[in-house]
Amino acid sequence: MSRRLVAPLAFAALLLAGWEASVRAWLPGSPFVPTPTAILGWFWEALLDGSLLEATLVTLRRLSLGFLVGAGLGLLLGGLCARSRTVRDAIGWLALGLQTLPSVCWVPLAILWFGQREGAILFVTVMGTVWSVMLAVQESVLSVPPLYVRAAQTMGSRGWHLWSRILIPASLPGIVGGMKQGWAFAWRSLMAAEIFVVILSGYGLGTMLHDGRELLRMEQVVGVMAVVILVGLLADLALFGPVERWLRRTRGLGGG
Amino acid sequence: MTPHAETGPVQLALRGVTKRFRGASGPVTALDSVDLDVGHGEFICLVGPSGCGKSTLLNLVAGLDEADEGSILLDGEPVRTPGRDRMVMFQQDALFPWLNVLENVLFGLRLKPNLRDAERVEVARHYLDIVGLADKELARPHELSGGMRQRVALARALAPNPRVLLMDEPFSALDALTRDLLYGDIQRIFTQRKKTILLVTHNIREAVCLGDRVVLLSPNPGKIRQVFDIRLPRPRRINHPDLAELAGEVTSALASHLGGHEAAI
Ligand SMILES: Nc1ncnc2c1ncn2[C@@H]1O[C@H](COP(=O)(O)OP(=O)(O)OP(=O)(O)O)[C@@H](O)[C@H]1O
Ligand SMILES: [Mg+2]
Repeated sequence: MSRRLVAPLAFAALLLAGWEASVRAWLPGSPFVPTPTAILGWFWEALLDGSLLEATLVTLRRLSLGFLVGAGLGLLLGGLCARSRTVRDAIGWLALGLQTLPSVCWVPLAILWFGQREGAILFVTVMGTVWSVMLAVQESVLSVPPLYVRAAQTMGSRGWHLWSRILIPASLPGIVGGMKQGWAFAWRSLMAAEIFVVILSGYGLGTMLHDGRELLRMEQVVGVMAVVILVGLLADLALFGPVERWLRRTRGLGGG
Repeated sequence: MTPHAETGPVQLALRGVTKRFRGASGPVTALDSVDLDVGHGEFICLVGPSGCGKSTLLNLVAGLDEADEGSILLDGEPVRTPGRDRMVMFQQDALFPWLNVLENVLFGLRLKPNLRDAERVEVARHYLDIVGLADKELARPHELSGGMRQRVALARALAPNPRVLLMDEPFSALDALTRDLLYGDIQRIFTQRKKTILLVTHNIREAVCLGDRVVLLSPNPGKIRQVFDIRLPRPRRINHPDLAELAGEVTSALASHLGGHEAAI
């Protein structure tokens, strides 16, 4: 085990021990503050009866769909904006504005339009993802060094060839960064949607968190929160880690 | 300023070409009514101090920029856009960092119709061999030294076999030994393949070694000052005594046009 793991592990152990001890000392049996052991107990129970795994799968399915649609739309719109100044002027301000809108603000509209169904959740997730991806894609295409474009043009590249062989590969680091950010936004939006849109077609992590509050099972609330953090971290590492490492290796880019 | 007697009819004609830039530090006349006729299969070397418009001139001929006044004719047709008939080797190497060395050289070749892929790869390898980088074809640009990158850029410009080659200080980042080798190669390619070449350099000896004519420009505004005919037999060796004598002539002309301190380019 590497030495760099010692400090965080020691700190985590200390934190958990202190937490456990202080709850037992001052708030024994409190319904509002669960102990780490109670959370672990819930975790084990939920793991064994399969409910945690199922909720995670439901949520991941929604996340992948929402991210795919949102990022796909963002890619398309970002490309269009980078290509045409008119399009950029026309919808740029809208994207900038909507990007600042917290995705939970879409919930009332989503429920009115789509009812308490999967569609509403998808809509909120997509709206939370698309604008930031679009702006990131636009920005990275616009900042491709003109020298690459000029060099390619003198070799006869233009139109779609110029896009697919120069603009997209040259802006790939920026696009991947935008996707990563988009993924984080999708994850947040989805949690907001699952907590606020009560639907019957699937029991996700957000609903599980919400139910924990209703049932006053604080160990469930905090446990689901931990799972949400874990899933976010793992997905980020598994999805974007390899891509970023590959970019760094092949292009000799430092840092991120 | 007409082509060399022994070269073919005019291929490239610049007529009163003027280019201005509105820079942050005020307007600059990068080129001021430049006239130049370049014959088929002629080798022109452009020399002059920094900022006299040499790169600007190449960009205009490449079709990457538009002249404010005057016209540029290639085989009688006005130049408007970049085209595969004019390959450019930029002052910075402009290699694509997402492609390896071989793919960089193949980039222009892949856009050339009527070739089989195997032929393209063969041609690319041939030119990588000429510039001495046959063993680096799988390397990425960031893994190469500055001189190696410039050699890849040279191979990339030569590989599609364009009629006109526009080269902006192609040898400036090379060691003396590689440079001398490439002087021989470029002259061989020039005579065997009957190319028209415009080459920018700060090295007067190099200009005299390679050029049929050496065109001397001066800055503010960018103008052609003097044109030297170099009538030495090819292939020329950079160390030849006649060459040194001519280079001395050009250098003193440069000095007299520009005043002492600026001549040290
Ligand atoms: N895009 C631009 N915007 C503003 N000014 C420019 C631009 N390009 C060139 N210039 C100006 O035009 C003049 C000629 O520039 P150019 O690059 O052609 O010089 P050069 O002869 O190639 O110099 P060097 O030997 O240093 O490469 C310079 O004064 C430069 O500042
Ligand atoms: Mg220059």
